Amino acid sequence: MNEVHRYYFDHNATTPVSQSVLEVLVAALLEVPGNASSIHQDGQLAKQKLEAARREVAALLGCEAKDLVFTSGGTEADNLAILGSVLANTTPRKHVVTTAIEHPAVLNPCRELERSGIAVTYVAPTPDGVVDPEDIRRAIRRDTVLVSVMHANNETGVLQPIAEIAALAHQAGALMHSDGVQTAGKISVEVQALGVDLYSISGHKFYATKGIGALYVKPGTKLRPIQFGGKHERERRPGTENVPSAVAMAKAASIARATLPIEPARVQTLRDRLETGILAHVPDTSLNGGHTARTPNTTNICFDGLQGEALVISLDLKGFAVSSGSACSSGAVEPSHVLLAMGLPPERARASLRFSLGHSNNEEQVDALIEAVAQSTAQLRKLSPTYTSA
Amino acid sequence: MSGGVDSSVVAGLLQREGRPIVGLTMQLWNQRRLPELAPEGGVTGRCCSLDDVYDARHVAQHLGIPYYVVNFESGFEEQVVKPFIDDYLSGRTPIPCTLCNNFIKFDQFLDLASGVGAARIATGHYARIGFDEATGRYQMSRGVDHSKDQTYFLFGLKQDQLARTDFPLGSYTKPQVRELARELGLPVAAKPDSQEICFVPNGDYAAFIDAYFRERGIAPEKTQGEIRDTDGRVLGEHSGVHHFTVGQRRGLRIAAGEPLYVIATEPASQRVIVGRHQDLLRATLTAKDMNWISINPPQAPIRAQVKIRNKHLAADATVYPADPTRVEIRFDEPQRAVTPGQAAVLYDGDLVLGGGWIE
Repeated sequence: MNEVHRYYFDHNATTPVSQSVLEVLVAALLEVPGNASSIHQDGQLAKQKLEAARREVAALLGCEAKDLVFTSGGTEADNLAILGSVLANTTPRKHVVTTAIEHPAVLNPCRELERSGIAVTYVAPTPDGVVDPEDIRRAIRRDTVLVSVMHANNETGVLQPIAEIAALAHQAGALMHSDGVQTAGKISVEVQALGVDLYSISGHKFYATKGIGALYVKPGTKLRPIQFGGKHERERRPGTENVPSAVAMAKAASIARATLPIEPARVQTLRDRLETGILAHVPDTSLNGGHTARTPNTTNICFDGLQGEALVISLDLKGFAVSSGSACSSGAVEPSHVLLAMGLPPERARASLRFSLGHSNNEEQVDALIEAVAQSTAQLRKLSPTYTSA
Repeated sequence: MSGGVDSSVVAGLLQREGRPIVGLTMQLWNQRRLPELAPEGGVTGRCCSLDDVYDARHVAQHLGIPYYVVNFESGFEEQVVKPFIDDYLSGRTPIPCTLCNNFIKFDQFLDLASGVGAARIATGHYARIGFDEATGRYQMSRGVDHSKDQTYFLFGLKQDQLARTDFPLGSYTKPQVRELARELGLPVAAKPDSQEICFVPNGDYAAFIDAYFRERGIAPEKTQGEIRDTDGRVLGEHSGVHHFTVGQRRGLRIAAGEPLYVIATEPASQRVIVGRHQDLLRATLTAKDMNWISINPPQAPIRAQVKIRNKHLAADATVYPADPTRVEIRFDEPQRAVTPGQAAVLYDGDLVLGGGWIE
């Protein structure tokens, strides 16, 4: 309990703002006070900064600046993509295809659509956590209006075959959305190569501030706003533009793009060191979703006979931030719906932890974490009524 | 830490002593379930409500201690809520707080605390723990504030559980605890006390049981039937045995010359038997699954004061050991409403000798 350090291994939850992002953010707050929709020079300066930011973020996704809508974050981008595209649809199409492993920011807009009479099919992944395009093909109906599949899963890091699925959606005359919150900034993303019509990203997952995100909207895609107000963002998302945060996200995007050739490989080496270290040194552990392409920073490990929640607390008290399942409104942990959808029994889902790495991590931290995991696991298992060593 | 005054003061006292502590709140029941039971204006002041977790977190922040909410919902449902319902449907009157203490708080929760590195747990119960050098046993006594004493609910604690547990409030009165809360500057110092059964709104357990069955899409077993008197005469109809508990007078809807009380509920025949006050009196009872706390299991009859429900004034009795896990209790004076499913807890003054379940 005498904490000596804080080592952060939860970058899929959020990332710390980097120093250079902080600097441009503070500068924008101080030097760009205008409203980007005002016609005077103060407004024009803000508008210039906003559009420069838009170009920089667009470059991260390989799209045109005019095709990006700034939002308050990933959740709003997902809501706008799903509700906005389905509401804009004037044909008799009444069906949406998504997956059982999506983030709540996708699952819950879909449930809201169901309450208004739209049918939704939730496709289950394979036990490896990957969505089989064949299953999507079978789920698509003549009246499917939208297919929404995340690019990488937040809990396992497993990459989904978006390009293949987008082709299937388009063959059926449906739109394709992908939640790219866990990929943007972590791997190279080209929205045109993916073939998506809509793609959501979130700034704070790649070292920008909380409260800013964006939605890529392919030209020609019909989208209704889901909030109503002024004529901002080409009448797709009303509200005074958050210029300082957009500037911060642009800086973070430019850093991510510049470091894509080296940083993901560095992080992957650390991730692999952590993963092999735990699997080798801690008995009765296994990988969830580790047998297919993943984002380079994520690993999800099951510790037989343990409560993941207890292991998270134990590691936290030793100075390591890791994650298990998803927090319910009180802050208690519920078993991961992603792992359950992959077919893990509830007790194994509860026994699983996610480690997600990032800029701040190094070999020394990884080795310390392996040691701490081994210690905590041994201590907890001594008391576990369900664990008997193999 | 429930977010209430008692457990908050415990945290404050331990922290003031300079002991390294971690605050934990058990998430036991999702209050958004069974929304039809929610009082108007939403759910407040019950265990695991978001407001209570907010308060507990606020206290932890005030004290500057690490704090976590831990999820025991599935264990609580299996080991407390379901047996609670089964008991009522079987004509017994259960004590969910004791089941929670035995199977969740001082078992799974204690193990989790040990697992994350805590040597001991401390709770806000009004009870005291001591150690008897002569027998080598941990002992339990009533809290000095007899009006708040919670030992009736703690009779199931085993020696290894007592060895790792602290009840810092056992030597304080409730007014003193409120004063300590103010002294420690705790944000919950003026919060009202909570009610007894945390997951049942307004104490309406029958409505809870009905709502629980509706939620799970299971039709409750048909438990409605006749109300009869002790001579077997049919006096009326009732809507389910789980609406009645021994000693109950209200809700019978029978016009009679003298007050009638529930004497027994018979789930097999779905009958509720009613009678006069003197029909409620019993001089003996058998208690099973005895747990001995402050003394070694007796080999010969002992004298004790015995409580047969939480609000019962402990009555003098002789306790005859029948076999290692059962005793027969003979009261000096017959006692009113001996109720199956409740506990018989044995005292010697303030000392808790042990207890068991009334058959």
